[in-house]
Amino acid sequence: MALLQISEPGQTPDPHRRRIAVGIDLGTTHSLVASVRNGISECLPDSEGRVILPSVVRYLDAERRQIGFDALAAQVEDPHNTISSVKRLMGRGVDDIGNRAQLPYRLNDKPGMVTLKTVAGEKSPVEVSAEILATLRFRAEDTFNEDIYGAVITVPAYFDDAQRQATKDAAQLAGLNVLRLINEPTAAAIAYGLDNGSEGIFAIYDLGGGTFDISILRLAQGVFEVVATGGDSALGGDDYDRALVDWVLAKTGLAADTLNPSDKAALLRAARAHKEALSSAVSVPFSVRLTKANINFEMRTEHFETAAAHLTQRTLTVVRKALRDAKLDKTAIQGVVLVGGSTRIPQVRKAVASFFGREPLTNLNPDEVVALGAAISAHQLAGNHSGNDLLLLDVIPLSLGIETMGGLVERIVPRNQTIPTAMAQDFTTYQDGQTALALHVVQGERDLVADCRSLARFELRGIPPMVAGAARIRVTFTVDADGLLSVEAKEQVSGVEARIDVKPSYGLSDDDIARMLKDSFSTAQQDMKARALAEAQLDADRMILATHSALAADADLLSANQRAQIDSLMAGLSDARDHNDAAAIEAVTQALAKETEAFAAERMNRGIQKALAGKNIESI
Amino acid sequence: MNLQSNDFELFGLPVHFEQDRVAIDARWKALQRQAHPDKFVAQGAAAQRVAMQWSVRINEAYQRLKQPLYRASYICELHGVPIQAGTNTAMPTAFLIQQMAWREALDEARTPQAVQEIAVIVHTSGHELLSKIKHAIDTEKNFITAAQQVRSLMFIERFASEIDARIDQFAP
Repeated sequence: MALLQISEPGQTPDPHRRRIAVGIDLGTTHSLVASVRNGISECLPDSEGRVILPSVVRYLDAERRQIGFDALAAQVEDPHNTISSVKRLMGRGVDDIGNRAQLPYRLNDKPGMVTLKTVAGEKSPVEVSAEILATLRFRAEDTFNEDIYGAVITVPAYFDDAQRQATKDAAQLAGLNVLRLINEPTAAAIAYGLDNGSEGIFAIYDLGGGTFDISILRLAQGVFEVVATGGDSALGGDDYDRALVDWVLAKTGLAADTLNPSDKAALLRAARAHKEALSSAVSVPFSVRLTKANINFEMRTEHFETAAAHLTQRTLTVVRKALRDAKLDKTAIQGVVLVGGSTRIPQVRKAVASFFGREPLTNLNPDEVVALGAAISAHQLAGNHSGNDLLLLDVIPLSLGIETMGGLVERIVPRNQTIPTAMAQDFTTYQDGQTALALHVVQGERDLVADCRSLARFELRGIPPMVAGAARIRVTFTVDADGLLSVEAKEQVSGVEARIDVKPSYGLSDDDIARMLKDSFSTAQQDMKARALAEAQLDADRMILATHSALAADADLLSANQRAQIDSLMAGLSDARDHNDAAAIEAVTQALAKETEAFAAERMNRGIQKALAGKNIESI
Repeated sequence: MNLQSNDFELFGLPVHFEQDRVAIDARWKALQRQAHPDKFVAQGAAAQRVAMQWSVRINEAYQRLKQPLYRASYICELHGVPIQAGTNTAMPTAFLIQQMAWREALDEARTPQAVQEIAVIVHTSGHELLSKIKHAIDTEKNFITAAQQVRSLMFIERFASEIDARIDQFAP
């Protein structure tokens, strides 16, 4: 088949050129970026050779900020403007945040998500997270000296819709093309599974800085099937630090409300350092200088274990529940993987080993394993060929439902349902002549709406007046592969519809994101104009390449007219591409994308049907 | 084959109640390998949408096929006998009396062992009902009888999940 000659020699987009894709572990205490290079997944170091980036952002003034180690060092001296553990605030209202009194920040209660008052103005947790993500993005771009095609960002398996949406918003704000959000335990399983060639049922116990997850997975021939997942999105190493602080305060008789923010930060920092020291020693001297007092004593492992035993027990309760959800006995588990820095705590290791009756696997660095797995997934999602053909079949961690009469929850999607999924339920009107129906979407396991997380409210209007109970309103919940929800309501008799992508209550609107992008916090030093042009050209190249291969394979699906339209837009795009006007290139790229949309859908249908039919014949 | 094919057609299986769970699982994964949206991330929004539709459809079929109760109920529907669990609640008297006895026993159970004993009885009774359903569908092809038994089994399964909730209360 003859193709239009659209590129000058030397400018042909190379179909074999590797797309740079990264995996990012956006952690409570620290974050990492990894990528597959020469077939091996590895964490990318900064210019000083460190792979870990402390998840700490310090606002110096309206313009300047420090991110990572420098910010971490300033925590005691500048507690209000130095934000750490921001992951715990993602998608959270002020009432959701435990231990508020111990946090040194000035929190502002905003509908949906809290904000933080800093010297640079009010900052949303999404913006703070975006600073961290952008730092990692620049690190990756510097490493490869090239733009990043896309990223897989990991989230705790137990993150709800609001927390996932906030994470995706942050990545978008950092200028990253999000290929997928994947769950941290699943990412760890990928790194382990591929490394060890393991098959069977595995438990991934992931105790991070601020979150705890347990996932039960079945691994077979590159398929990672999550059977059940459970967790606590507010339980992690931070809580062990605070338990230790509480223990120290009780021992010394100091009251928490007599401490100023610097004291609080100093105590927390000391607690963390001593917790870490106790991972390899049975006794360490504990000493910290506070404004009004100095604390000095010898701290022993037993002290820490007494202070934290209830937290470790809490994780095991969650593990038991996940096993029950999976309908599995703990003896069915063929391997236990420890993930997250907090699994270095000896008490945690002992408890997990004794619960499962087997030594957990720890041969991969628990700090790095999530990023390494995410990078493997990103590499494949970006379309790079790798020997291992992965398939992730993950689940939704928390049930989704809507509010019905009396403040009760009607569950529509049960927890641990494999995603993507769509489930529907029919509802009706309860008054004669009722023409609108208010829908309140919630997430959680409790029966009362008040005990669940409110995700969104919307209305179906224009229902023709009927007697009570005559209307048939089908409410469909669709959860995509990232675990994000959209809801649709349709009155079956009249065909009246309403639809919502669930983000309003907790996520940022597209306008918010546009405004923040314009503020251009993280790209201030970058040459925005050159960057925009390069990105537009890259998009154009991708679009041209994809359209070429689509036409080569399935041009017979198009009418002569449609074909002519596409050819003309392609010619226009390759022409625009070589003029240095980002906006013009984007416009033509958009036009071509729109023109080829129906064609793409047809091709997919044909491809999948062929594949499915082939499968059936093969296996009969 | 298209999105409107029934679950059995989609999975290339005969419309029988008796199925090999291992084969269903394997077919599910093989189908998802072809259709999962992850395979089409680099191919634009339209391709993603279509892949998502197929992937959702495959998961829906899998949920119904892998669970015997849903599978039985689906087969009855395919043969023109909908279950109508919400509206058709006429149950045999003996069955209702047994249900009430179980519920009383559960209310009175004070120890995990006592609850566990009820769980065993209910579990056994569910199993017996499943083999009756199998006989009604696969041998007798009597879908009206099967539908009645499916409704009974739904009661039993709902009760079983209440028992699980009680066990959860005992085991923190």
